[in-house]
Amino acid sequence: MKDPELLYLVGGVVAVLLVASIVTRLLIRKRGETPVLVNLRQRVNAWWWMMLVFSASLALGRGGVFGFYTLLSFLALREFITLSPTPRGDHRTLTWVFFLILPLHYLFAWAPWYGMFLIWIPVYAFVFIPIRSALAGDTDRFLERTSRIQWGVLTCVYFLSHLPMLLYLPIPGYEGQNAKLLFFVVLVTQISDVMQYVFGKLFGKTRIAPKVSPSKTREGLLYGGAAATLIGTALWWTTPFTPIAAAAMSALLVAAGFFGGLVMSAVKRSLGAKDWGSGIPGHGGVLDRLDSLLFAGPIFFHITGYYFGTHMASTYSQPGWMKGLLRLWLDQSPGVINVFPLVAWLG
Amino acid sequence: MTSTILAFLVRLATGVRLLRDLPEDGKRRVYFANHSSHLDSLVIWAALPGRQRAWTRPVAAAEYWEKGALRRWLSGRIFKAVLIPRDPARMRHEDPLGRMLNALDSGADLILFPEGARSETDEIGPFKPGLHHLVSQRPDLVLIPVFLENLNRILPKGELFPLPLMGQAVFGPPLPGPFEGETRAAFLERARDSVLAVSRGNLSPLPDEGP
Repeated sequence: MKDPELLYLVGGVVAVLLVASIVTRLLIRKRGETPVLVNLRQRVNAWWWMMLVFSASLALGRGGVFGFYTLLSFLALREFITLSPTPRGDHRTLTWVFFLILPLHYLFAWAPWYGMFLIWIPVYAFVFIPIRSALAGDTDRFLERTSRIQWGVLTCVYFLSHLPMLLYLPIPGYEGQNAKLLFFVVLVTQISDVMQYVFGKLFGKTRIAPKVSPSKTREGLLYGGAAATLIGTALWWTTPFTPIAAAAMSALLVAAGFFGGLVMSAVKRSLGAKDWGSGIPGHGGVLDRLDSLLFAGPIFFHITGYYFGTHMASTYSQPGWMKGLLRLWLDQSPGVINVFPLVAWLG
Repeated sequence: MTSTILAFLVRLATGVRLLRDLPEDGKRRVYFANHSSHLDSLVIWAALPGRQRAWTRPVAAAEYWEKGALRRWLSGRIFKAVLIPRDPARMRHEDPLGRMLNALDSGADLILFPEGARSETDEIGPFKPGLHHLVSQRPDLVLIPVFLENLNRILPKGELFPLPLMGQAVFGPPLPGPFEGETRAAFLERARDSVLAVSRGNLSPLPDEGP
């Protein structure tokens, strides 16, 4: 983290968390350890950890960031599939998804081979998943099972991986500063969540979709979204945007974050659960915090790329070393042939 | 040391939580659970607090665990499994019940799967009489029902690679021993019900949703 502006951002978040920790402690001293306050303390403590790990990944550079998101995708998909009832017939399909499709996707993203990053999941993985499940021979609710796995991979892996891809956006005059853009997206989306929750608790009257998510209110969205947009606008100096563009992009993040949370909440409830897991004390699962970023990431990535006219596809074609490796393997005919028994054995 | 690391890795891979509050009252325990995966005894063993784990021994099929150096090392050194033959001929002269009682008398707790073999479906099969034999021979045993959730999805029967899904080991309240005049079949049915009871609505209490 050589960029001083990035340090200011981290410092700002630390200051906000300090205030939150102190206020929580004072409240607990005054009112005792009520369940609500104990949960609040857990949540604030978890925010410290999340913020620490997120910043550490940025400090480690490209490898750290991509490693971190690979792990997040893995944990998110783990929660998603755990809650989705997948029968025996999907076991092998899922083995391939977890141990091959996911890591290879992040390898293409990190390399970066932009064309392959775009199509690896929507084309190759989505063709492979139904084939492998059909080979397993179980036709019971086949379409439903296949769609479930595909949706899980799409959201938890494909959508999420657009966040670290922000590091590669070639924005004129912003070279080497893209880590701040990633920080900006995560910060505004998460603050929007917090603000919507707080304002919803304070002024919330009209629930938007009570069956899907009881805590999402129209007032919360309006006031909380406005507050998050203001914060995002105030941070325009860390972004490549003008203040007005920063305001528009923040509003976009608020909207995408809101709908991401809403849709993932509907998915979660259709699977009969209230939380995605219990990995983060006080919050629920990893997906309970990532849900708002799932839609915000890819939409922000593509609109920003379009706005600045970046040419990702031509800038990041297949890296030479990948091409070299593939050629080396293809030239050795036993290498190609030897793969088939291996694949058959792994199944 | 190896055991502690292995138990940690098992909990990390399966999402099973470490149990913190097990009273140490000097009584011998038998943990009994539904059986659907090779991971089952491993997971119960890994969920126990370190001290208790040291004297808890899974009861397992001799035919499976005597094969190969790795399995022998795991069952002999790490889990100190009480190996019971499945083959009726071997069973006759090796006295499986005696082995379990010996283990209990030497101060070990046992992990037992009363269904006998891994179930292919999600159903819990009928219990075999071993549990009843044990508790009639040693009436002050504490019988603890355990429900294992999702492990049949992580590593189903016949699969080689485990999936990285989350499972759960839910420990229930101790099951009272056979009542006056209770038949063996009735007791075994009650034991099976106690495992089912732990399975119902026992997902951990959930917090209010919010960021």
